Amino acid sequence: MLTKRIIPCLDVKNGRVVKGVNFMGLNDVSDPVELASYYSKSGADELVFYDITASFEGRAIFTDILKKAASTVFIPLTVGGGINTLDDFDRVLKCGADKVSVNSGAIKNPDLIKEGAKRYGDQCVVLSVDAKRVDGKFTVFSKGGRENTGIDLIDWVKRGVDNGAGEIVLNSIDTDGVKNGFDLSMLKAVSDVVKVPVIASGGAGKIEDFITLFKTLDKVDAGLAASIFHFGEVEISNLKKQLKNAGINVRI
Amino acid sequence: MIAIVDYGVGNLFSLKSSFKEIGYDAVVTADPQVILSADKVILPGVGAFGDASDKLFSSGLAEVVLKVAENGTPLMGICLGMQLLFDKGFEYGEHKGLGLIKGEVKSISEVIPSNLKIPHMGWNSLKFTAKSEIFKYLSDGDFVYFVHSFYGANCPFVTATADYGYPLTASVQNKNVYGCQFHPEKSGETGLKILRAFCELGE
Repeated sequence: MLTKRIIPCLDVKNGRVVKGVNFMGLNDVSDPVELASYYSKSGADELVFYDITASFEGRAIFTDILKKAASTVFIPLTVGGGINTLDDFDRVLKCGADKVSVNSGAIKNPDLIKEGAKRYGDQCVVLSVDAKRVDGKFTVFSKGGRENTGIDLIDWVKRGVDNGAGEIVLNSIDTDGVKNGFDLSMLKAVSDVVKVPVIASGGAGKIEDFITLFKTLDKVDAGLAASIFHFGEVEISNLKKQLKNAGINVRI
Repeated sequence: MIAIVDYGVGNLFSLKSSFKEIGYDAVVTADPQVILSADKVILPGVGAFGDASDKLFSSGLAEVVLKVAENGTPLMGICLGMQLLFDKGFEYGEHKGLGLIKGEVKSISEVIPSNLKIPHMGWNSLKFTAKSEIFKYLSDGDFVYFVHSFYGANCPFVTATADYGYPLTASVQNKNVYGCQFHPEKSGETGLKILRAFCELGE
């Protein structure tokens, strides 16, 4: 059967991984290519590269890095950040990305999902959503979680999947950075209404958080995190060993 | 030299890079002469069967690939490329395949339990059902990366399956014609070992 996946996310700005890292044996801890290779060897199942530069020059540096990573790391790569048009899809896919993650771009133009899925297939389009409780309701935020769109989370993911999104990354703003575990109730609400894979993001602080996630929510397919991997608080090969010991099907 | 057949479908960057990683030269080409003189030939593919089959036949590259198979040159179809080796496919209607591997390509929805998600996407382990040289460096249970909604059915040439509530065809072999439903170029070290074994055929 398919394994549960562990996915480190690399936020890249001006060619460097944001949130400096500290690993033994890495010459340059902020070099995205070197870090990607390290994660791949440690057992990461996929990698997400998130482009957080806005400038034209920054974008060119990012695609160059992506190309280098894709020529040395042979696991699936998802790319997000600044994906607003089909040309953006084309730009990152040509550099070796396997999936393209859309977020604010899909809120601005909901047809982006449909067009991307039509041209490249559903499996290529990942809908990434930042959500937060507002007056007790799960609500979608845009622009990196800064702007309340007023859109209902459940409506939004259902619509996204109907339009052809092949996967959902759900990032809970409420638990993000708190390191006290994933947002299980928000994840359950989403995974109960869609039939595509759901990736949990936001809140992981320790290995037990991943065990709890997969034990509690069978329908969640993957766990994504950034700084806890970058800072070495959770080491991926150890995480996967412990998941296996807990009876969760993972690739070792 | 390895020829990766370019008939206008899919992204071949990773595939080309993975051969470079294991020390083999690979070229992405639509030139029949280059394909016919290659030591090994790869038929890649992503997308829908009908569209890819049309492109392969209308470009004349189908004939070239058939000639490669007839010459005894090792040929490997990957993902949709594997499916195209079959007699026919039933993705949005009935479409003709290359007929190098007996069987049909059908929707996995016909055989997997209804609670499982489609596509079959992610890492799954291989169970070997027949000996195949390309798996000489692998062990039973090794993980590879899949993304597909259709599978090879009624096929006597299956060499490995992946369990998804049903033993889905993971790989096939008929003499010098090989096929992998999964993506070796996205399957980490395990995938590179498969490509290396393929490159070493006849060496």
